[in-house]
Amino acid sequence: MTATQALVVPRGTGKTHHRPSRTWPMTVLGIIFLAIMVFPIYWMINSSLQANSGAATTAWFPVDLTFSGYEAAIQQQGGNLVTSLIIAIGTVVLTLVIATPAAYGLARFKMKGMTAFVFVLLITQMIPTIVIANALYALFNDWGLLNSYLGLILADSAAQIPFAIILMRAFMASLPQTLVEAALVDGANNFRAFVSIVVPISKNAIITAALFTFLGAWGDFLFALTLTSTPQVRPITLGIYNYLGANVQQWGPVMATAVIASVPAGLLLILAQKYIAAGALGGAIK
Amino acid sequence: MTSLHVEAAEARSRPRPGGGRSRSRNRTLHYLTRWLFVAPAIIFVLVFFGYPIVQNVVMSLQDYTTATFYTGIAPWVGFENYAKVFGNPLFWTTVINTLLFTVGSIVFQFGIGMALALFFKRHFPLSGFLRSLLLLPWLLPLIASAAVWKWILDQGSGALNQFLGLFGVQPVPWLVSPSLALIAVIGVNIWLGIPFNTTILYSGLQAVPGELYEAAALDGAVGWKAFWHITWPSIRSVVSVVIVLGVVYTLKVVDIILGLTGGGPANSTQTLATWAYQNSFVQFLFGQGAAISNVLIAVSLVFSLAYLYMTRKEVDE
Repeated sequence: MTATQALVVPRGTGKTHHRPSRTWPMTVLGIIFLAIMVFPIYWMINSSLQANSGAATTAWFPVDLTFSGYEAAIQQQGGNLVTSLIIAIGTVVLTLVIATPAAYGLARFKMKGMTAFVFVLLITQMIPTIVIANALYALFNDWGLLNSYLGLILADSAAQIPFAIILMRAFMASLPQTLVEAALVDGANNFRAFVSIVVPISKNAIITAALFTFLGAWGDFLFALTLTSTPQVRPITLGIYNYLGANVQQWGPVMATAVIASVPAGLLLILAQKYIAAGALGGAIK
Repeated sequence: MTSLHVEAAEARSRPRPGGGRSRSRNRTLHYLTRWLFVAPAIIFVLVFFGYPIVQNVVMSLQDYTTATFYTGIAPWVGFENYAKVFGNPLFWTTVINTLLFTVGSIVFQFGIGMALALFFKRHFPLSGFLRSLLLLPWLLPLIASAAVWKWILDQGSGALNQFLGLFGVQPVPWLVSPSLALIAVIGVNIWLGIPFNTTILYSGLQAVPGELYEAAALDGAVGWKAFWHITWPSIRSVVSVVIVLGVVYTLKVVDIILGLTGGGPANSTQTLATWAYQNSFVQFLFGQGAAISNVLIAVSLVFSLAYLYMTRKEVDE
């Protein structure tokens, strides 16, 4: 079974009812496993709320609650946050504009060259980003795109488009052909049928692709590191990295920045649970 | 990728049996509109994946440095960059580090991921909720995770040494000692990979028909026996996909290593990917950076082809 198939495999819903006395120890064990796995995230939040993280010992709980770390983070990283937001939103728009029609085209018109293109898309997922960055630096230098929003939006979109296409194509291939054919009989052309029928029906797949594109662009570090060198266009990920480069004495502001940078991921997990589940399985090809 | 162009051109120019000129023009138009849906994506992939790969090969044969960006001159040097890279003692250090990093990460990510997938398959109260929370580490920006771990592993006041201190363990120089740093970085990468492995393996386990287990139970195959005779054979294809993808993604890792150690101390966590970065963007030896990148691509390609071979049926259908 492969990733795209995994997307359509029904998730286990059949809850088997064991006697509570036998299953509660499992729950306790599960909570212990999870506590270990999410401890770093707890520690990030805990340290961000303490004044002297970095001193000899950090309390295991934020008893002396302070938001000074966040004040420092907003003061030092506020502009970078806006930059990250601009780049992430720009990347989502560009990626969807290019990937949605492509996903539909690849799902519906099964021409020979298109199958080859799907293979190419799968291969792009495996190419190390540093390889792309190495060559893009020279190209962007020629095009004047270093240290620009547009440059990072283009590079981030390039990284996200193949995954978005693969994710949406899997869904669009499952749409009944008759839906579109009916519209074509009524005189609509392929493009009109796509806009008025395929896009509305594929809303969930498009939202999933948008969410993961946003997360990918928001979390991008390597393109930002290689394709910018000035503070004018500096995403939050690079802001965190610059903290780490120096010998960190005060972890409060660093952890506060990390928490802020993690907010989109947390919000997504809470608000868009069903989309995440689909995307996570689609992530098999990410 | 050029074959696509050829095919696109063929699709347009191929003579069609029957029909007058206008009908054939209609058909051509029809084909063209179909390709218009995909054309922007093809152009994007050509510019941002096709060109960089070709350009990397060209750069690896040139003396490409900072000066090139001002003068536009990059003299051809043949295989000199490769000779310099292979002749550098650091090359073997990075190859061994890459190997240890990849194998260490995959073995434990997969092992723990499998154990958790089997655990969550048993559906207990809150299992769905706990399983979705498990995804959180996977969704965080990598550099944020690197920051937290750098703080947790801090020698003087990090949480791990604080915790170990409760048992009387002296502070361990996790990221500072050349003999421990690679182990620490692998540990963090394992933590990052567990959610992905658990999720995919869990979905694979869900697809195994329950009747198989019932039938096996009648034959006395339960527990480990059931796992070896039913579960493992049923999910083998998922397992191979997870492992191949794991290898390919682990070879790509740069963020975590740069964030935690920057490749140090004394290059003890330098991998092929981070070394390529160091050459190109720290020392501005783009030619040598490209040569290392191409070694990395060659290794990834072997595994990519293995992956495509495994998924070919899905794409063909």
